[in-house]
Amino acid sequence: MSHFRSKTLLFILSVLSGIIIILSFVVDFSVNPLNYVAGYVLTPLQSGINQVGGWLSDRMDYFESNLDLAAKNEELQAQVDELTVQNTQLLQDHEELNSLRDLYELDHKYESYEKVGARVIARENAGNWFSIFTIDKGSDDGLAVDMNVLAGAGLAGIITDVGPNWAKVRSVIDDYSNVSAEITETGDTCIIAGSLDLIDDGKINLVKLNDPDSEAKAGDTVVTSHISDKFLPGILIGYISEIQTDPNNLTRSGYISPVVDFKDIKEVLVIKNLKQSI
Amino acid sequence: MRTKLIILGTMLLCLLLQCSLLPAISIASVTPNLMIIFTASFGLMRGKRSGLLLGFLGGLLTDLLLGSQGGLFVGLRAFVYMYIGYFSGFCYHIFYDDDIKMPVVLAAAGDLAYGFLFYVSQFLLRGRVDFFFYLRRIILPETVYTVLLTLVCYRLFLLLNQKLDIMDKRSVGSFV
Repeated sequence: MSHFRSKTLLFILSVLSGIIIILSFVVDFSVNPLNYVAGYVLTPLQSGINQVGGWLSDRMDYFESNLDLAAKNEELQAQVDELTVQNTQLLQDHEELNSLRDLYELDHKYESYEKVGARVIARENAGNWFSIFTIDKGSDDGLAVDMNVLAGAGLAGIITDVGPNWAKVRSVIDDYSNVSAEITETGDTCIIAGSLDLIDDGKINLVKLNDPDSEAKAGDTVVTSHISDKFLPGILIGYISEIQTDPNNLTRSGYISPVVDFKDIKEVLVIKNLKQSI
Repeated sequence: MRTKLIILGTMLLCLLLQCSLLPAISIASVTPNLMIIFTASFGLMRGKRSGLLLGFLGGLLTDLLLGSQGGLFVGLRAFVYMYIGYFSGFCYHIFYDDDIKMPVVLAAAGDLAYGFLFYVSQFLLRGRVDFFFYLRRIILPETVYTVLLTLVCYRLFLLLNQKLDIMDKRSVGSFV
């Protein structure tokens, strides 16, 4: 009897999970009470574990040889000097650009994005298939789905899920990620498509580059394009590392090297302006 | 009743660990799957019925907790974990539960099946046909790591289950 009952149970639950799977294509399950549990229980846990990890790696760094650091310091100082000179020059150019823009009555929209900093508290949530990370700010801090996330100088990803005190960011190397981009040098548009089998090589796919004259070459800069409906224009993604013409002779494809080091993201900047509202 | 509550509590604890601690101890960005270990272990120690119920519940909670991660639909883990629990339950009458070999085999088989189904539903359907890459890069390392974790966790689960059995017998005895 009990044998029969567990079989029936298995059948009923199989049908039930089938129904849930079908339902989840229609209904949005991302807002559920469990997500609030995740917010109030998991977020403190994760940031605690993260702090312990950070403390440990700090101790490790402490033992790094002093000589090494001194040499590095000297090198960096030289770089600072060089960059200061460059920066002064750029500031002058910037002023000039602004005044010229005023003349043309263009708004200075690129520098007026409102940004907020956040800390990465968990990476690759519990599964091995995705490149998604969780940050420690959420809707309480004014974040919303589809906001762009930067790490250092470049585009890290986009917010896909948001809770009261956490948000999930799908990085541009994730297998599900597709970003509309353009080559700065030529102005041609392409798609930057993340792929799981390229993550270990530190590369991202560049596909559907519309470049009839084969102008784009390795080393060119790839930024987000003006035609995307989710990504703000002009954010640096990376540099072309390899490019060739597709067999169809119409488009070109290749690889880019991202500027963000995705293995080592600790702090990110979230742009609070949404593309739709600009 | 108390036994059930304690097992459910253990499941929640495993769930929280799966989402918080385990990603932190991942090796080569591969995380072991504690929920499969839990399901296979309790299926083996408590039978088909418990196995499939715990698997279904654990999988559903994992699905809901992780939300819309990637393009994942809710219910896939519930389905796979339920069958892992059910098939582990088949071994309930055949094998002694204090033998470490059986849970290791069950967890490994479960994790392989889970990885395969996950690949088919999330990657193959989108035209990612290089199965052996995913097998080499994710499915096999995850299985190996899960097996290693099973060696540790199963002893803990077994200890807990023996305590629960003793507790049950004692409470039954007090009624008589």
